[in-house]
Amino acid sequence: MGDKTMTAEEAVSRLESGMTLGIGGWGSRRKPMALVRALLRSDVRDLTVVSYGGPDVGMLAAAGRLRRLVTAFVTLDSIPLEPHYRAARERGAFELTEVDEAMFMWGLRAAANRLPFLPVRAGLGSDVMRVNPELRTVTSPYPDGETFVAMPALRLDAALVHVNRADRLGNGQYLGPDPYFDDLFCAAAETAYLSCERLVDTAELAKAGPPQSLLVKRHRVTGVVEAPNGAHFTSCAPDHGRDEAFQTLYATTPWPEFSARFLAGDEAAYRAAVDAWAEER
Amino acid sequence: MTGGERVNGTDLGGVTRAEYCVVACAEAWRGAGEILASPMGVIPSIGARLARRTFAPDLLLTDGEATLVGADGTVEGWLPYRQHLELVAGGRRHVMMGASQIDRFGNQNISCVGDWRRPRRQLLGVRGAPLNTLNNPTSYWIPRHSRRVFVERVDLVCGVGTDRAAGARYHCLPRVVSDLGVFDFATPDGSMRLASVHPGVTVEEIEEATGFPLTVPPRVPSTRAPTAAELRLIREVVDPADTRSREVGA
Repeated sequence: MGDKTMTAEEAVSRLESGMTLGIGGWGSRRKPMALVRALLRSDVRDLTVVSYGGPDVGMLAAAGRLRRLVTAFVTLDSIPLEPHYRAARERGAFELTEVDEAMFMWGLRAAANRLPFLPVRAGLGSDVMRVNPELRTVTSPYPDGETFVAMPALRLDAALVHVNRADRLGNGQYLGPDPYFDDLFCAAAETAYLSCERLVDTAELAKAGPPQSLLVKRHRVTGVVEAPNGAHFTSCAPDHGRDEAFQTLYATTPWPEFSARFLAGDEAAYRAAVDAWAEER
Repeated sequence: MTGGERVNGTDLGGVTRAEYCVVACAEAWRGAGEILASPMGVIPSIGARLARRTFAPDLLLTDGEATLVGADGTVEGWLPYRQHLELVAGGRRHVMMGASQIDRFGNQNISCVGDWRRPRRQLLGVRGAPLNTLNNPTSYWIPRHSRRVFVERVDLVCGVGTDRAAGARYHCLPRVVSDLGVFDFATPDGSMRLASVHPGVTVEEIEEATGFPLTVPPRVPSTRAPTAAELRLIREVVDPADTRSREVGA
């Protein structure tokens, strides 16, 4: 069976400008930040990003890589409003498809099930319908006759997700409290790139957690990237918590300054810059 | 209010505005049965935990992440986001959300201020408000009652109000709690009504701080005070660090 390991640069080299990209995690939790940093080092742009947004969205928006964002929110959790996202949105830097959290989930499920849409009891009566005039409704063919939003499938060209453990074949394991929607992102995508805190032998996976922790299945995965601390500065329990001090720095530093200091080099340079900053404190 | 009265060693004097707010929030879950309480904000969280320990003992509570916990923090269940969203759709939940703006019919905005196409201020996004309001009881908590929040018209309808809920069979807005009073929608046209004022607040103050006409009944009751037992729970068990007074000052 195929060894799918590759570097973050190799993974990103397979992405193209104009693609629709799903990014796993939730807010400032278990985001594939090493892959996002690699993406920021590439010249890929005009992306449609589909994400329960956190600093992944903030950085891509600040760097001008977004053509469109599909989301229900963007937040840093402990810092409710993502400042770099806000600034980009307030200067009209990209288009927005704003949907409810559940509409988003059913959109991913529709794509994963190769369905054009799924009905959802959310959106009607709200301005989600006004700001997304392309949304259609569907009426139950059964006696209840209720009308729902027909949430269109959120099909992805590629998905980026980060988990605790993975093997070379692309089996991914989460060891934290919440799978978020990472398996759905992978199932909704043509290709999926899985980064992990630690690459292990397949036999190690069942020792690290129960079978239901094996979230991402290899048949959906194109590439596996070992990226220790790859969710930094978002949380990746139990391997590491959120780096709150660094997140605060990110949130309070003008983007050009943050980018120049931390994102000018490769992942090793990023780690070194973060360590140097931590030493200075 | 004067201090000094002591019951079982707890000083019952000087019930603070924050403590009235805790009780007013807790009342949202009275007798709710075996459902999930989803409080957003400090005072609603204290209120939910107070309700769980008193008049709503069957409530389910989360730790704010993916775990369901008992009153003492004992883990009793798992509720990752995907299950949380489906639990909402199943209706066994009463959420108390915040609102950057709320109008006369309870339409709520947490997404942005100004024109959505290019907002003056980008806020959180619609989050789960459209889902919440169509599927389970949704109440609101406003820690600083003002005309900036209680507006004639919200800039983006996230949570659906009573005037836009035609055909929404599970739509239910039980109450709005602010630092000044408690409000409901028990009027013929489903518009907002003043249900009680917190002690120390006048009806005129509330009307002045509200950007739309409120229905005010001829006699407006006072928000009830915490009982001695509730006050002890708030001060000594649920919120000994007094985080409540940082959300609503004296």
